[in-house]
Amino acid sequence: MTRHIVARTSEIPPGGNKVVGIDGRDIVVFHVNGEYFALLNRCPHEGAPLDKAACVARLTSPEPGVYQRSRVGELLRCPWHGWEFDMRNGQSWFDPKRVKVRTYPVVIEDGETLAKGPYVAETFPVHVEDSYVVIEIGK
Amino acid sequence: MSDVIDRPALAEEISAKSRLRIIDCDVHPSLHSRADLYPFLSKRWQEHLKTYGDHLRTPYIGTTPYPRSSPLIARRDAWPPTGGPPGSDLAFMRKQHLDPLDIEFGILQVLDLFIFSQQNLDFGAAIQRAVNEWQLANWCSREPRLKASILVGQDDTEAAIAEIQRCAKLGQYVQINVSPRANEPLGRHRYWPIYARCEELGLPLGIHVGGYGGHAPSGGGWPSYYAEEHQSNAGTMAATLTSFVIEGVPERFPKLKIVFIEGGFGWISSTMWRMDQHFERFRSEVPHLKRRPSEYVKEHFWFTTQPIDEPDEARHLRSLIEWVGIDRLLFSSDYPHWDFDDPRFAFKTPLTEAERAKIFNGNARALYKL
Repeated sequence: MTRHIVARTSEIPPGGNKVVGIDGRDIVVFHVNGEYFALLNRCPHEGAPLDKAACVARLTSPEPGVYQRSRVGELLRCPWHGWEFDMRNGQSWFDPKRVKVRTYPVVIEDGETLAKGPYVAETFPVHVEDSYVVIEIGK
Repeated sequence: MSDVIDRPALAEEISAKSRLRIIDCDVHPSLHSRADLYPFLSKRWQEHLKTYGDHLRTPYIGTTPYPRSSPLIARRDAWPPTGGPPGSDLAFMRKQHLDPLDIEFGILQVLDLFIFSQQNLDFGAAIQRAVNEWQLANWCSREPRLKASILVGQDDTEAAIAEIQRCAKLGQYVQINVSPRANEPLGRHRYWPIYARCEELGLPLGIHVGGYGGHAPSGGGWPSYYAEEHQSNAGTMAATLTSFVIEGVPERFPKLKIVFIEGGFGWISSTMWRMDQHFERFRSEVPHLKRRPSEYVKEHFWFTTQPIDEPDEARHLRSLIEWVGIDRLLFSSDYPHWDFDDPRFAFKTPLTEAERAKIFNGNARALYKL
């Protein structure tokens, strides 16, 4: 497992995202409701870039005429065909067991901790006074 | 389906892709604004457009009757960085679509102002001419990969024919487009003069889904949701195909070629089977038909593939393709609209190299004489 420092936390505004290239993969990091989520930047359907997705709420209807919004901003709606995915685990709304976007664990570390290593941050200067988004990539 | 995420491309697919260029039979260019058309409109119609706007044959004025799932029906990543609506910036279209997907030719389908269904027929005639000129001036002359169609509103048949004659002389257009939702079903005799011109000129007749003929989009009436209206495209196309065949259009015009655009193809086989069944039983009602309806379909009609059907099992998609026939299918992406099909990923069933070559290039090349 390698850990990659990909952004200063202040760099991704709430509701925003950043695309980073790691080992030939484009990974998109979202900032929503104070949390950060990292996913492969590619819809499993036809390959649309998920950084252009709409960040929407989970909208459900337990019975006709009754609507519930929850987890505002935590669902991705693909920019092409509108497939919805849960940012937290990459699961699709319509077939969560079989259709998923790959997700990566994210941790927030302060600059002081990171300065001790071992992290991959060749192109990313780390300052002790800032905090950073770190992605963990398996294998 | 989760295996799609990491499924490595098959060797056969890679070798085919490396050689096969794509002919995309449904690319939507867009106006930046209606002012783009002013150079091609007389002052009289510029003023009309500014003052009154357009007036379609639909009960919902000033909007699309069914609000789309995304702004301007577009992919959310298709808005040009230079501003303007998706499809309005040629440089961005090249960068996002034509170049990376190696599009050898793209057939333009203009939906702006929906010229087919303008209620004011004189305005409709002016606007169709302007749109046809704008396609050449702003797209085809700047990008030789893009090919224009002659758009005509078929309910003013006389004006439509005059416009066809004017454009055909220029030798730049590859197709003549009318709407599937006209005032009457498309097989009716009133539209035959247009089909006669298509046949004489050797240009395919293109029919792109959509339009506002004044009728409900489904046989069951006006649906409530976009999800229903989008579904009704297939039903409209099936009704249009049936009208053409049963009214005897391909029987009367043996060299006419008709292209159904953006209707998908899942519905075609059952429509053919049902028509054949009716033909066997009610032959005496339609004695002008000399052959089984499916024979006309398999000789006269082509179908673009998007929006492709996505059955749970890949072999079912394979069956749909075989039932319609590899020779009848033309790849289309619908760029830059939200229901875009990517030529690399849309066909979730195996195709041989020869089959890919026909669907993604050869069939369209022969049909449009590219």
